[in-house]
Amino acid sequence: MTTDPGLWAVPIAVLGGAIRVSTPFLFVSLGECLTERSGRINLGLEGTLILGAMSGYGLSYLTGSATVGVLGAALVGLVYGLLHGWLCRFKGVNDIAVGISMMLLGMGIAFYFGKPFIQPTAPRLPSIPFGWWSDSPQLQAALQVNVLFLIGIALAVFLAWMLRSTRIGLTIRVVGDSTQSARALAIRPDRVRLWATAAGGALAGIGGAYLSLYYPGSWNEGISSGQGLMAVALVIFARWNPINCLWAALLFGGAGALGPALQSVGISEGYYLFYAAPYVLTLGILIATSSTERAVIGAPGELNITK
Amino acid sequence: MGKGSRLLPALETALWPLMALIAGGLVFSLFLLVQGKSPVEFFALIWRAGFSTAFSWQNTLSRVSPLLFAGLCVAIPARLGLMVIGGEGAIVLGGLAAAVTGAQVALWPTAAGFAAMALSAVCIGAIWIGLVGLLRVRRGVNETIASLLMAYIASALFNHLVESVFRDPASLNKPSTLPLVDTLRVGMMPGLQAHWGVLAGIVACIAAWALIDRTRLGFAARITGDNMRAAQVQGFNVAGLIVGFTALAGGLAGLAGFYEVAAVHGSANASLISGVGYTGILVAFLARHNPLAIVPVAILLAGFEASSGLIQRRMDLPDATILVFEGCVFLIVLLSETVQGRMPALWLALKGPSR
Repeated sequence: MTTDPGLWAVPIAVLGGAIRVSTPFLFVSLGECLTERSGRINLGLEGTLILGAMSGYGLSYLTGSATVGVLGAALVGLVYGLLHGWLCRFKGVNDIAVGISMMLLGMGIAFYFGKPFIQPTAPRLPSIPFGWWSDSPQLQAALQVNVLFLIGIALAVFLAWMLRSTRIGLTIRVVGDSTQSARALAIRPDRVRLWATAAGGALAGIGGAYLSLYYPGSWNEGISSGQGLMAVALVIFARWNPINCLWAALLFGGAGALGPALQSVGISEGYYLFYAAPYVLTLGILIATSSTERAVIGAPGELNITK
Repeated sequence: MGKGSRLLPALETALWPLMALIAGGLVFSLFLLVQGKSPVEFFALIWRAGFSTAFSWQNTLSRVSPLLFAGLCVAIPARLGLMVIGGEGAIVLGGLAAAVTGAQVALWPTAAGFAAMALSAVCIGAIWIGLVGLLRVRRGVNETIASLLMAYIASALFNHLVESVFRDPASLNKPSTLPLVDTLRVGMMPGLQAHWGVLAGIVACIAAWALIDRTRLGFAARITGDNMRAAQVQGFNVAGLIVGFTALAGGLAGLAGFYEVAAVHGSANASLISGVGYTGILVAFLARHNPLAIVPVAILLAGFEASSGLIQRRMDLPDATILVFEGCVFLIVLLSETVQGRMPALWLALKGPSR
């Protein structure tokens, strides 16, 4: 592997890309997973992702610390999630419609405040070189892993444990499966959903900060093109299971990395079509996993996405 | 109760979105005040650039056409209870179809050429959004997510085709399709700086209203929107309605693409991906999915967008200012749903028990 890897560069680049590209998918889908387990959909996470990307980059530039950027993005995502959760408490307000409006508003706010940050260079997040043992520069590049990816894996395991074995997890699941039973157990469904949406928003904000502070690693108005939305669909595919979210995110990351990987070995023909691969994959998965006869297996009972 | 009970809901329908609009404006004013900007100046500039003079009306009207069609693309499926938000995809592909067809039919008689262009735009749009309806009917795929994914796919497909198969070799910096010949350009309406697409959009709104509110088909659609199960029990062909109405919505969005290419851009290029399909979502929600109300709402939002340039220059605000304003209005409109439909109850309560 010391010489030119030739076409091997493609799978290596896809592997590296899968790790790099999957991280925002992972965070958004874990956040959405938590929100949806409480019985509510937040389609606005696309807006949260962009807002997180902007605020993370802006804060990193202003404070000189990428860590502050990530934490700030999480806070912004949390507040934005609280807004969604609060709006949905009102009778007759549809969570999907609110999500659409918050998607548009989030983009608007991010572009509004993000204008001054398009030019300057902010400190980025560092990465850990896991490819030190190899001589191949391609493999070394592929195994540059950001610490957020590792945190994401740990978070997936933690959320799976939390939902399965803790009191908080049980509360979220009860609220998600039946508002009536939750009330009977003296749980306040709106409050649980409010905080599940807020926590989901915070995770999506971190995912956004990853986009602007690590990969692609700059802030511009085209930073996210539907990753937030794809992550929502990905949760359905993952059957509302955080561990499955991890595998699904890697799969999506790989699909998203296909175009750039092929381009890196000089195949630029149909670049835009490869760029569309994750969307096509998402749609294909949605078609394969949805059904008209029954609610999707494992779906929280109160979720109105599958009805 | 007589007249009052029938008039009141109608009045309420018109009143709440208007109040929501004002409330959204107030929230946005707060947003401006926090930054030390004057909301008074902001709204004065919207008035000046969008509505005050004949010239500003021209500017506003020139932007109305795609908003009318994009609004219909959201409103028509919404009456069936479907939230289709990917009209942008049908607009983009419809525009491409019109441009490509236009290059083929350059030597045809003008009327036939226009018909071929418009038809291909309508067909591709109808297929694109109709597919969303079909997926919903056949596989139970969530139409909101599917339509938005399809919009992203449409943009990628559009970019790919414009930069490869259909690229005009003469377009160097900005890949475009072959420019349309002059005879296949849609002109301005007499005495106005607005092209015929505006009139076509208004006619489409009236026709959509007639279809939904005045025909048996529309009645079935409204029942389906209120309660899908009940419509099925009644024996309505719910699947057919869903596919038909989404295809109709997509066809209209495709027509928006046709007018954008034939009247504005002259060829299909990246300018076509402008996000107007997403503004159409707000148009439809503000109009409460009533096709007739789409006309004034689209004009209002076109005026907002027309004033964007002046607001940027005069107030030193970024171009996303209008986006934030529209987002605020959108949120408040949705929030106002919670108080809607309660006015008759309030009315009855005020009159006291009348039985």
